Amino acid sequence: MKKKNLLQRTIIIVVVTLVGIYIVIGPRHRPSLRDFTWSGIKANLAANINLGLDLKGGSHLVLRVKTDEFLKSLTEGNASAIQATTKDAGLPVKEVKAETAGGNYRIIVEATDPSKLGEIEEGVKKKVDLSEWSMSTSGNTVTWTLTATAQRALAEQATEQAKKIIESRLDAVGVAEPLVQRHGSQSSHQILVQMPGIQDPERVKQLLKAESKLELVHVVSPPSPQPAQTYATEEEAKASLGGTVPQNRRILPYAERNEPTAAGQTPDNQNPTQKKWVVVESPAIINGSELRNASAVQGRGGSEDYQISFALKPTGADKFGAWTGANINEYMGVVLNGEVKSIAYIKGQIHDQGEISGRFTKQSADDLALTLRSGALPAPIEYQEERTVGPSLGADSIRSGVRACVFGLLFVVAFMLFYYRGAGVNAVVALVLNMILMLAGLILFQATLTLPGIAGIILTIGMAVDSNVLIFERIREELRSGKTIPSAIEQGFARAFVTIIDTHVTTIISSLFLFVFGTGPLRGFAVTLVIGLLINLFSAVYVSRTIFMWELSRKRKLESLSI
Amino acid sequence: MIQVFKDVKIDWLANRRIFIAISVILMLAGLSSAIIRQWAPGGSEAFNLGVDFKGGTVVTAKFKQRPAPEAIRDALAKTGVHDAVIQPVIDKPDTVLIKLPLAGGSDAESQAQLDIGRSRVTGGLNQFGKEGDAYEILGTDAVGAVAGAQLRNKAIAVTLAALVGILMYIAFRFEWTYGAAAVIAVFHDVLVTLGFFSIFQWEVSLTVIAALLTLVGFSVNDTIVIFDRIRENRRLHRRDSLYQITNDSINQTLSRTVITSGLVFLSVLAMVLFGGEVLRGFSLALLIGVVFGTYSSVAIASPIMVWWEQRLDLAKKSSASAINRTAVGGTRVATTPGRKPLPGTPAKRSRGASGA
Repeated sequence: MKKKNLLQRTIIIVVVTLVGIYIVIGPRHRPSLRDFTWSGIKANLAANINLGLDLKGGSHLVLRVKTDEFLKSLTEGNASAIQATTKDAGLPVKEVKAETAGGNYRIIVEATDPSKLGEIEEGVKKKVDLSEWSMSTSGNTVTWTLTATAQRALAEQATEQAKKIIESRLDAVGVAEPLVQRHGSQSSHQILVQMPGIQDPERVKQLLKAESKLELVHVVSPPSPQPAQTYATEEEAKASLGGTVPQNRRILPYAERNEPTAAGQTPDNQNPTQKKWVVVESPAIINGSELRNASAVQGRGGSEDYQISFALKPTGADKFGAWTGANINEYMGVVLNGEVKSIAYIKGQIHDQGEISGRFTKQSADDLALTLRSGALPAPIEYQEERTVGPSLGADSIRSGVRACVFGLLFVVAFMLFYYRGAGVNAVVALVLNMILMLAGLILFQATLTLPGIAGIILTIGMAVDSNVLIFERIREELRSGKTIPSAIEQGFARAFVTIIDTHVTTIISSLFLFVFGTGPLRGFAVTLVIGLLINLFSAVYVSRTIFMWELSRKRKLESLSI
Repeated sequence: MIQVFKDVKIDWLANRRIFIAISVILMLAGLSSAIIRQWAPGGSEAFNLGVDFKGGTVVTAKFKQRPAPEAIRDALAKTGVHDAVIQPVIDKPDTVLIKLPLAGGSDAESQAQLDIGRSRVTGGLNQFGKEGDAYEILGTDAVGAVAGAQLRNKAIAVTLAALVGILMYIAFRFEWTYGAAAVIAVFHDVLVTLGFFSIFQWEVSLTVIAALLTLVGFSVNDTIVIFDRIRENRRLHRRDSLYQITNDSINQTLSRTVITSGLVFLSVLAMVLFGGEVLRGFSLALLIGVVFGTYSSVAIASPIMVWWEQRLDLAKKSSASAINRTAVGGTRVATTPGRKPLPGTPAKRSRGASGA
């Protein structure tokens, strides 16, 4: 055996081991004496390893943006804009319909006079941006259809916007180190939110979900001093419109002085206040996008009576001022998430201030103001997955994971030493090195260690020891067939290596599929397994071989090999 | 030196019918359990799917003084939660899992219930005392119906894709018959393991799928060690029949097979014993998988590979002779290939366990 070769190998192994140990338990700050104490090592280890939420505790939420609702309201909004435009221009339009069923979004305009279709088309195009809609005419109707490409692009935009809003809300409420990212395929419109350390995610969940769609609307009613016109049932309200709701009207529920829970959601209706209905004009005078600021202020009714005061941006204030100036004594409604919160008559021109009353508690008013400031979600969201792990459960999982690892390792070490004697030491050194380097690999790639990841480590112990067993059994066989010790070792390694490569590659292939296509827990498992297997090629083959070489070089003539 | 096996000369392939019969019976048992459970009136479902795949809410609660499961169920029923399943945690007597299935009815309804799953449970548990005082919520898992279906489809797709990847790699490194035999064996392992889960109604969660994939890797690993030996021996002993070479290869690698599987079994056993509730499904699946993964390499993959290779060999020979005959006599003679697919008889065996 060449001495130089052995020296080179030894240096490589020592350097890799030391670097590995440093990565795992070395401090990321200027080293001090404390870093050599047991507690210092433990603290450094904890700081270096990136633990998953299932081990350190926290909340994992997957939510979906209901983009179909977004497209639906977009279509309806455009339809009412078309109606308003054609009415203002005096075009001969009989009906404007919005069709939103089955993934198709259409606006159908029916003309009373088919020869005026061209005129209608021109008139609409001037006022309403329909560049993403494809147009077709037949008979006396013009149909605008939202193209599939535009659908995808708009849905994507809505998801991205929702993501931004969620980020700003998390930031505003003070969640530490949240992770917000897209989840699943692009067309699934899912967003993943991870919040370490949050134990009771209920409030945050409500906060994120709050649509906080604010609108100021004109209530259809005889002017003050007559009371505002309300209806006892939805049907009654509909009947007042002649049985069908035209495109420029909406019927909304109105629950006066209802007691909302956090973030303005309706409560679990244990004792519902009487619900009434009102007819309002559509579109709204202004909506939440014109909001400049919103804050909770205490009302007159004591500590349980908070309200939201808001201020408008200059553009909104101009619009609002003009409208209120022209509609003195008319009724105006404040609509939050499609529900009328309050109705008031207009005493005089209002420019940029307003308030939402509704007997909020301090926290619900604060939360509502926060979500109003962050902007309305473009579409409602729903939670599809929630996984919350309390810190004690996480710590418990770490304990049982580590315990399973240690016992697994002990079984294996005891057997290898008993069965292979001297060579068993090689296996043990290789195993321990594998463990250290695996943790180092996890830290280097900034991978997250999860509970299934610990299972991956335990499995790696099994696979790693398999490589040793393959090699040792082969060396034994070669020795039995009468080969000299050096050539038996050489042949044993060479022959077993082919098998080791094959077994490792197949396992890595299946793990890669898990990693690329799998979700959460499956990925955590795949990461440790792949890292462990790659390192195993180094520790079980290269390191173990070097130990044998070292043994051979120590004695001129090795009489027997302990294996 | 201690040795488990010394010069074993077991004729594994001679017992192939028994092996395959055992496997078929096991697979049929699992399959019929799944079918009967699925379709029998009033029966449970084929698999006890966890919330990961079925949707629903699981709340892990730790009590100061744990009430009886019935008491917890009653308390929840009082606040309107009627279908809760209360499952005490085996190794932690003060902890229970409270499982709420997805509410039936409309999507919106069950979604709404999902969103407040935790508060539904705490509402009921507050009858035992205040949260944080009498009990503590350790964790919540809630999965919606859509996400559940997504996770399920993804898990199946990933497993199948991984199998195809393995098939391709083995076909590339060996012959495609080897790859096919290995994949059939792996399929068998997965089916048998799933059969156990159906029969005993153990919960199938996302981690169980991870275990199945691990078992795929492990079983193929085991098969490859034997196939590798067969490939090597075929090169060294060209005159021996495949039947004999396969038997020899299994015997030569037997001690490795037993040692490795035994050690993996032990480390998985450590996981079953000490890994806690969360990993239980995973480790149980793996424990069964290790046993059958090892068994199938010897008892399923090898016989199938030998049978298939000989089939191909015979077909090649008979088609060659058929061409000869038609060329010479013009009459077709019916050849009877494959009546005896394994012609190498064990009696001819003269060789020892290795080339020594």
